[in-house]
Amino acid sequence: MRTFAFSRADSIDAAATPADATAFVAGGTTLLDLIKLDVLQPESVVDINALPLKRVERLDDGRLKIGALVTNTDLAHHPEVKAHYPVLSEALLAGASTQLRNMATTAGNVMQRTRCPYYRDPAAKCNRREPGSGCDAMDGINRMNAVLGGSDACIAVHPSDMCVGIAAIGATLTLQGPNGEREVDFADFHRLPGDTPHVEHDLQEGELITALTLDAPLPGAGSHYLKLRDRASYEFALASCAAEITLDGETIRDARIALGGVATKPWRCTEAEAALVGQPAEKASFERAAEIALKDAVPREHNAYKIPLARQAIVRALRNAAQDRTSQRETQETQA
Amino acid sequence: MDDSVHSRTRAQVAPGTQTLNFTLNGEPRTLEVAPNAVLLDVLREQLGLGGTKKGCDHGQCGACTVHVEGQAMNACLRLAVMCEGQHVTTVEGLARDGELHPVQQHFLECDAYQCGYCTPGQMMSATALLNDERVGTDDASVREAMSGNICRCGAYKNIVEAIQKSRESLSYDATRKEGAA
Repeated sequence: MRTFAFSRADSIDAAATPADATAFVAGGTTLLDLIKLDVLQPESVVDINALPLKRVERLDDGRLKIGALVTNTDLAHHPEVKAHYPVLSEALLAGASTQLRNMATTAGNVMQRTRCPYYRDPAAKCNRREPGSGCDAMDGINRMNAVLGGSDACIAVHPSDMCVGIAAIGATLTLQGPNGEREVDFADFHRLPGDTPHVEHDLQEGELITALTLDAPLPGAGSHYLKLRDRASYEFALASCAAEITLDGETIRDARIALGGVATKPWRCTEAEAALVGQPAEKASFERAAEIALKDAVPREHNAYKIPLARQAIVRALRNAAQDRTSQRETQETQA
Repeated sequence: MDDSVHSRTRAQVAPGTQTLNFTLNGEPRTLEVAPNAVLLDVLREQLGLGGTKKGCDHGQCGACTVHVEGQAMNACLRLAVMCEGQHVTTVEGLARDGELHPVQQHFLECDAYQCGYCTPGQMMSATALLNDERVGTDDASVREAMSGNICRCGAYKNIVEAIQKSRESLSYDATRKEGAA
């Protein structure tokens, strides 16, 4: 593995300083993997684990502020997350393995890189890794690649499960940089590849993610995270869906849908959500929403199967979320 | 910053080594490590502890699983210098006073391996999950919690059996200790 300098940041301000070819390390699960492959080539690695970014706190407005360094394991089992954002807990536990979740952090998961095999292979052409070099995935073995949000330059999937749950819930990222603090809507943080797939997110030079704040929970929502993959555990999604739904009787009041495994960024389906409002909570409504969510999908040679798979993921996740909502209501009625 | 990380310029040779102070299998240790030295390589090459295995070297197989501050982690994806001040336990630290840990004993009795290469990592994940109240006790929960440890020989059935038998004997031990106290 290539050599690099190593230092520890003892304050957020000291860390949030522009420096050439410097990478922050928290859990290290993406960074060290990709340094070993020579995909990432930092000259300097700054350990941020000593920074005070490990708190989870409920804000007065009902939102939940999560420190950048909270591990995936701790977040998945946090009482606030389990009680008010079960879809995020499910998404986190569906991702990676016990060992990786123990190491991986909230901000690190937001920053994780694609698993596209051509990105991970420095001998392959990849516009994301090396701008202008081409894309070997486009006409290669693209079974795992994206059908939504791609461009002529890149069809790499954003691999996170956690981010799919967060996309459905809605959130804000807090970034600390040389010019102070700013907030970015989570939906705007990850970039579509377009002509510049190497620009993966909105983080500027010297900026550090310090927190992720989840929107207030949807009152009375039922939810479900469904992940479909090649093996039962410890595998990236072929398609996944985070769904939340609220009902007035049998009528849908509000719904949230986000997709993973099929898109170049965590994929919120707002048009499909809007089409559900006021509709009966039944299969036909869910199928219409699924049609809308995938209407702009563009398949390549080996990944067309992802379109019906993602549609079915939406239908099943919505159905399970509606049943979750129904069972919650029945529990409340029994208790009342 | 992110673009420059991708740059093709060769990195400078890292300046010297760094001192690492940590506790390994209960013993305080101080050693000089390169800034880019990975915990797995330091354990095997520098400290001669060959129990922790190198399988994929990319966090995909679990053969290198150790405990850091009591939690199972992939030693292949952790810089040694990041363990400053921490407690690290390897498979060599499981047995106490010449007596096998119940998990080791039950892996033996249940024939929970074939070639044995993944076994140290399997046992480290097993001991961590038995100490973790957040993990369910049924077979399905055990299989899910153990999914980061791949066994190419396919000894999974016996591995789950060994873990569940260890749970029984560990809770028996705990009950006995409470009775004695």
